[in-house]
Amino acid sequence: MDELKRTPLHDLHLSLGAKMVPFAGYEMPVQYKLGVMKEHLHCRAAAGFFDVSHMGQVILRGDDPEGVALALETLVPVAVAGLGEGRQRYGLFTNEDGGIEDDLMIANRGDHLFLVVNAACKEADVARLRAGLEPAGVTVDYIEDRALFALQGPAAEQVLAALNPAVAGMRFMDVATVELAGAECWVSRSGYTGEDGYEISVPEESAVALAEALLAHEAVEPIGLGARDSLRLEAGLCLYGHDLDPTTTPVAGGLLWAIQKARRADGARAGGFPGAEKILAEIATGAPSVRVGLKPEGRAPMREGVELFETETGGDAVGRITSGGFGPTVGGPVAMGYVPAQAAPPGSRLYGEVRGKRLPVDVIALPFVKQSYKR
Amino acid sequence: MKFTEEHEWLEIEGDLVVVGITAHAAEQLGDVVFVELPEPGTTVSKDDEVVVIESVKAASDILAPIDGEIVEVNEAIVEDPGKVNEDPEGEAWFFKLKVEDLSVLDDFMSEAAYKKFIG
Repeated sequence: MDELKRTPLHDLHLSLGAKMVPFAGYEMPVQYKLGVMKEHLHCRAAAGFFDVSHMGQVILRGDDPEGVALALETLVPVAVAGLGEGRQRYGLFTNEDGGIEDDLMIANRGDHLFLVVNAACKEADVARLRAGLEPAGVTVDYIEDRALFALQGPAAEQVLAALNPAVAGMRFMDVATVELAGAECWVSRSGYTGEDGYEISVPEESAVALAEALLAHEAVEPIGLGARDSLRLEAGLCLYGHDLDPTTTPVAGGLLWAIQKARRADGARAGGFPGAEKILAEIATGAPSVRVGLKPEGRAPMREGVELFETETGGDAVGRITSGGFGPTVGGPVAMGYVPAQAAPPGSRLYGEVRGKRLPVDVIALPFVKQSYKR
Repeated sequence: MKFTEEHEWLEIEGDLVVVGITAHAAEQLGDVVFVELPEPGTTVSKDDEVVVIESVKAASDILAPIDGEIVEVNEAIVEDPGKVNEDPEGEAWFFKLKVEDLSVLDDFMSEAAYKKFIG
């Protein structure tokens, strides 16, 4: 096995009492001294600091920004042209079968596009971008000398504004270049917890100083991958490789909102992305099986892989849980999974098989915890 | 108090053996969010899976450390699984076993031996 990579904050994690685990080729903190439950609750109550430097950062440039945006549109079913300068949006890489190869964030930073992709997919994504965009004259710059942090929670604005008041004026999905702790940072008002907050790309030589400056604020606690997972699950957000994979389509994954009208049938730039035929047809007909929120009735968590049945006894599995566990803010088990379209309306009753017993679980509307973005 | 290699503790209370998990085990599990206990009256054999315990991280089974009959279970930890993290070697016992011969406990580790075992 290859040696695990480390982020620029590795020593800081250890000094904070982190328990480190292998994740997507990196040694990452799964929890700190507080533990998963308290870290989760702290993030929803005050502010949480996350090192997400394992994620991939990519810059796309070309002679003409509009041309770069249109070139990227050949790989994603998302409207990139028309994304305003200083704005960011969620995107998906699709394949010829209409499946999802990765999800990503796309930011228009004026003379270039800045992408953030998942750690486990980043090599493949960079290869996909190079193969797809370089022939169109786009330069694909894979950034390996910057760390990436997230600062999330109701106190995030107050904490970051103490370092630079300019961030307080940003709205959800705004992006800006901001000086923080003496470093030129690329900040977006976004995150993956359902809370208000920021993601911050920082030069690696300034990473420790900025992390320490943020952690010095009394509202901030470091949060590991364990609580990051329960936070995003309660917020109804997908984890690539679990809730989305190359066999799930955007429609099945409940991500229709990510495909703007311009890219749909009859749109100004309809189709023209991998799997367009399948995806546009599915937008019209619906998918046979779709991602939904699932609330187990009892206290037993239903985790990834639990099979779902329509009846308490007999019959074949009709669906499967793709993310599940305990939601600290909900105070009980929460899950997401795929169910047949006819069972997708909230209130539908299914049964999840846990340790040989079929336990009741109900479809509910996502998210479990109201998102509190600053629109 | 005696200790098993599966990180359970056993304590004699009259003619019964009280069983729980050690503070070390509770810490390793992380925040406990779900406990499923057996029905009182169940006869168990050593290494039977008798308790399911789920933390924020994963599900684990607790095995019967010895043969016996479950005569009492601690419903308080079903109601409030967090007690397992708060007081694992006290209030958060799991079940009480009736055994034929209490001398089977002699085979288990002392506290000093257990501390050495977990390093």
